[in-house]
Amino acid sequence: MSLAQLQRDFRAWLVDGSDDAARSFGAGAAAGLTVYQNNYRAQLVGCIEQSFPRVHAWLGDDAFLRAAITHIDSHPPGAWTLDVYARNFDETLTALFPDNPDLHELAWIENALSEAFVAPDAEPVSIDALSAIDWDSAQLRLSPSLMSRAATTNADSIWTALQEEREPPDGEMLAEPAGLIVWRRGFTSCLKKVDALEYEALVHLQSDGSFVALCDMLVDRLGEADAIAKAGALLAGWLGNELIAGVDHIASHRHQSN
Amino acid sequence: MPASNPLFSGYGVGLRKEHYRDFLETAVPVDFVEVISENFMVDGGQPRHILRRVRERHPVALHGVSMSIGSADGLDRDYLRRLKALVDETEPLFVSDHLSWSRIGRFNSHDLLPVPYTEEALDIVCANISMAQDALGRTMLFENPSSYLAVGAAAMTEWEFIAAMCRRTGCELLLDVNNVFVSATNHGFDALAFLDGIPAEHVRQIHLAGHSQGVDLLIDTHDREVCSDVWTLYARAIARLGPVATMIERDGDIPALASLLDELSIARRLGAIDAHARARVAA
Repeated sequence: MSLAQLQRDFRAWLVDGSDDAARSFGAGAAAGLTVYQNNYRAQLVGCIEQSFPRVHAWLGDDAFLRAAITHIDSHPPGAWTLDVYARNFDETLTALFPDNPDLHELAWIENALSEAFVAPDAEPVSIDALSAIDWDSAQLRLSPSLMSRAATTNADSIWTALQEEREPPDGEMLAEPAGLIVWRRGFTSCLKKVDALEYEALVHLQSDGSFVALCDMLVDRLGEADAIAKAGALLAGWLGNELIAGVDHIASHRHQSN
Repeated sequence: MPASNPLFSGYGVGLRKEHYRDFLETAVPVDFVEVISENFMVDGGQPRHILRRVRERHPVALHGVSMSIGSADGLDRDYLRRLKALVDETEPLFVSDHLSWSRIGRFNSHDLLPVPYTEEALDIVCANISMAQDALGRTMLFENPSSYLAVGAAAMTEWEFIAAMCRRTGCELLLDVNNVFVSATNHGFDALAFLDGIPAEHVRQIHLAGHSQGVDLLIDTHDREVCSDVWTLYARAIARLGPVATMIERDGDIPALASLLDELSIARRLGAIDAHARARVAA
């Protein structure tokens, strides 16, 4: 048997428990094959458990283990790093629990916090560095760790309670649409619920960093009088939270050192 | 063929997150630390920062688990590129991985699966090693894994395979004494024949770890202390090899660092006894 065929048979044994594949290793192979399959499955379950401790607590042991096994059976790992294996576990949860948006958002939070933890480093811009900026041409660069999604439930409150080992609230739909943002400050991953306008502003800024375009969007939503004050307040909040990683200038392509 | 790694005969431990604070805030009495490469092949954040700070205090060996040097369809170039970046930044004492495979096509088992000791596998492993060493610009160490299954129609023993691999690629060896013991027990071969059969001059590092008794086989669990049989085999290994960089590898049920340092002191004592014996013979 060629090495490639042997490795394909091993894959078939690990992923599907194929009897045909097991037979190809000979009569005395059963004990060893069992060890390798146990190692394979235990490692993947452990990876999902480590990646989603709050989802685990929220779902309970039995439901979580069933979801993990479903995921392992339908998503054999492919990447060289185990760190990314659990990243699409939220798809399995959505398929298994389609009517639980709180669970979907809780899984997104855990995933995003893990990704932010090892996202590229970036020095935050300080408020002092903004004094000489030409705002007409300013292009804001957000932290490379920033991730966001629309929020429809109180998943952030559930996550926070579980994180603090408090009794979590029941899952509820939000009265108003909102957004969830996750990013890293220093070495700490952070979670924040923002109102719908701030969420829209951040999404807008991620696709078009122009400060002028951001102000135009805010004028469109709030009118001219309130938009300027809102832009200032948002900017101050983002700077305070270390969400701004740089300011470029469209016209001259000068880079603001910070 | 890249140049050989320098001889280094200190004592170390595998750096695990449970001991980060010890290593960052105290003077830990080790000569080197080893880290799992993949844990630091990330874009940024705390892991890279911690590695840089530890590197300021100790020589660091990079030990990988995902190169899959035995893959029939070659190596993952993205993996090699990321490892090279880490090697360039860390300037490690050694760069090692395992004589095993984990990936075929788009599947990655994330386990150290056994390679058949055949001429075809030897050709593939050697081609992959040469590619990895060329990409990294340095000689790598490969570790003998524990195995639970003899795969394929073997044309040679594990140690003959390893010796041929070293001869053809110039690669060096990370001898895991516990893995020799586990595989020898599981497959019924003589552990001393293994030690006699590998090229001593290629061994640059030794791992010591604990294992567990499974239903039918010994399992390389790394979750307990090194057992007396493995210490005995280690003493035989260093008598054969001379002084070699030695470390305690613990991956599960991680104890306080002091406990690992106590185990390491056993290795130091055995090393001192071997050095004394060598001095007497030389005299």
